[in-house]
Amino acid sequence: MNKTKINNGGLLAWVDERFPLSSLITNHLTKYYAPKNFNFWYFFGALALLTLVLQLVTGLLLTMHYKPDAELAFASVEYIMRDVSFGWLIRYMHSTGASLFFVVVYMHMFRALIYGSYKNPRELLWLFGVAIFLCLMGEAFFGYLLPWGQMSYWGAQVIVNLFSTIPFIGPDLSEWLRGDYLVSDATLNRFFAFHVIALPIVLLGLVFFHLVALHEVGSNNPDGIDIKKNLDKKTGIPLDGIPFHPYYTVKDLIGVSTYLIIFALIVFYLPEMGGYFLEANNFIPANPLVTPAHIAPVWYFTPYYSILRAVPPILNSQFPGVAAMGLSVIIFAFLPWLDRSEVRSIRYKGILFKRWIALFVTSFIVLGYLGTEPSNVWGQFSSAIPFIGGVDKATIAARIFTVTYFAFFVLMPFYSKRDKTKPVPSRVKY
Amino acid sequence: MKSLTKFFLIGLFFCDVGLANDGPILEKAPIDLTDQQSLQRGAKTFINYCLNCHSANYMRYNRLNDIGLTDSLIKENLLFTAEKVGEPMKVAMNREDAKVWFGANPPDLSVEVRARGSDWVYGYLRGYYRDPTRPTGWNNTVYEKTAMPHILWKLQGDQKLDEKHQTLEIVKPGTLSVKEYDAFIGDLVNYLTFMSEPSKLKRLDMGYYVLIFLGLLLLLTVKLKKEFWKDIK
Repeated sequence: MNKTKINNGGLLAWVDERFPLSSLITNHLTKYYAPKNFNFWYFFGALALLTLVLQLVTGLLLTMHYKPDAELAFASVEYIMRDVSFGWLIRYMHSTGASLFFVVVYMHMFRALIYGSYKNPRELLWLFGVAIFLCLMGEAFFGYLLPWGQMSYWGAQVIVNLFSTIPFIGPDLSEWLRGDYLVSDATLNRFFAFHVIALPIVLLGLVFFHLVALHEVGSNNPDGIDIKKNLDKKTGIPLDGIPFHPYYTVKDLIGVSTYLIIFALIVFYLPEMGGYFLEANNFIPANPLVTPAHIAPVWYFTPYYSILRAVPPILNSQFPGVAAMGLSVIIFAFLPWLDRSEVRSIRYKGILFKRWIALFVTSFIVLGYLGTEPSNVWGQFSSAIPFIGGVDKATIAARIFTVTYFAFFVLMPFYSKRDKTKPVPSRVKY
Repeated sequence: MKSLTKFFLIGLFFCDVGLANDGPILEKAPIDLTDQQSLQRGAKTFINYCLNCHSANYMRYNRLNDIGLTDSLIKENLLFTAEKVGEPMKVAMNREDAKVWFGANPPDLSVEVRARGSDWVYGYLRGYYRDPTRPTGWNNTVYEKTAMPHILWKLQGDQKLDEKHQTLEIVKPGTLSVKEYDAFIGDLVNYLTFMSEPSKLKRLDMGYYVLIFLGLLLLLTVKLKKEFWKDIK
């Protein structure tokens, strides 16, 4: 079973008899064959893993000084920023890492989208990925309350209140989540517990399963070709495959250094990112008596928040909007069964898919932008216009893009089937 | 594929447009964190005029070392609300009393600039005008119906609001000329900006070295990759 076992009686042999160290390295690095044509989009998996580690390390250091107490939390963050040695660096790395985590994960998901990485046989790999994404959203949401600024407080208030729109059990459910009638010390304590213990453990477990599933089926590639179909007759190694180590480890190092440069640029020169990564209002301590004029979630949640706002209340209930928002995230999980195209990669898909993905990306970005702004940002339609007169322009735009967003998924079985695909070559191209 | 990437990047670019906020048009505050003289003047103004009502609970007196003030200088000239230089800039005023006296608690100013922006504070402190309808007799162009009285009025003098043009003019000069007063407030705002993030200069300096290191690392990794990938066709 284990051909590479070195039986020279050394320490490695001693370990190998007790733990499959050599075979782990062989099977998952030096003889794990990855397609040789990975491009730019294939950096983001490794970068997501790096960001996870950075968040765990900086998070650990932050917990050594942070106080999860409504009376002390805000001050303890400022204590970290001023009195803890390099506390400002640790804190900015954690806050920047949170936003960049989403940048990296969105790029990673987009890669899967354009190269059909979710398609058979990678459905479970994709589902683990969606679960990681959901978990990450929870992690970000719980973490955002901890600085106990105005935005932390009111953001949490708004999101927890969303649950109260669920018919019958809603109000009790949101009270149960908060542990109080409003966001308070009890809420802060439990969010802290979720942020530093529960979700990181789940996240790590899911990442492990994500990697196990990946190494079981092997990586997809920009051509969407199954490299295991073209094996070297003598060695049985994929002709288009190269060992992950050293080829992709050294290549990923380029991605890592580039990413760290961007990371450092933000940490050292733009930690607030114009209010998108750290919001000005969050430098005001949480005050349950003063509601900020404009409450918006952090940028990575704004596309879904826009969808929430775009759906009008039905029978005086905001629940349809909440349901639409939930669906807009969950719907990613159905992709493997929605895409009925014969090819995986966008390189061989037809014009229909390309148009739809362009529409989807546009919707995502516009919804994301609108979510950061109050809904009157573009003014109102003139009252002379029938039906939409006097309505906020941004609301109508958000509605159109919400429909487009969902149409991308819902219509996929039809347009992906009808699309004129190009013939797929048997060997990969660069 | 390339066009898609381009499309995406262009989209991201447009995403950033529209940062403009509503509210008064603000003049740029003269912020220079390397100007220690200005920061020291600002610190003196802050401690003499602001710290009596406003606290800076997260700022320790000895952090003024960063702007060139020694412990003994701080102890002799600036230590009014504490006994040791390691203590934060607290105030003795009771929060409940303050609420009764001013209608609102004077906010802690440690990170006020990060919440409001330095230009806002710069505009606010120069934006007071006489308004007999207000309980304090003062109103403000930047923060309408502000609860804070114009405590620097002796220095700035009285301003009157031209409602039509929304401009201010001095009707009764104070002890400082307009230019002197602007510089005085400029120093104060400069100090408040420093106080809101005392490690900022260190951050900007350190980033330089980190980026040089990472740049070299990138060069190295590019070379390494080229060497390893030579035989991959």
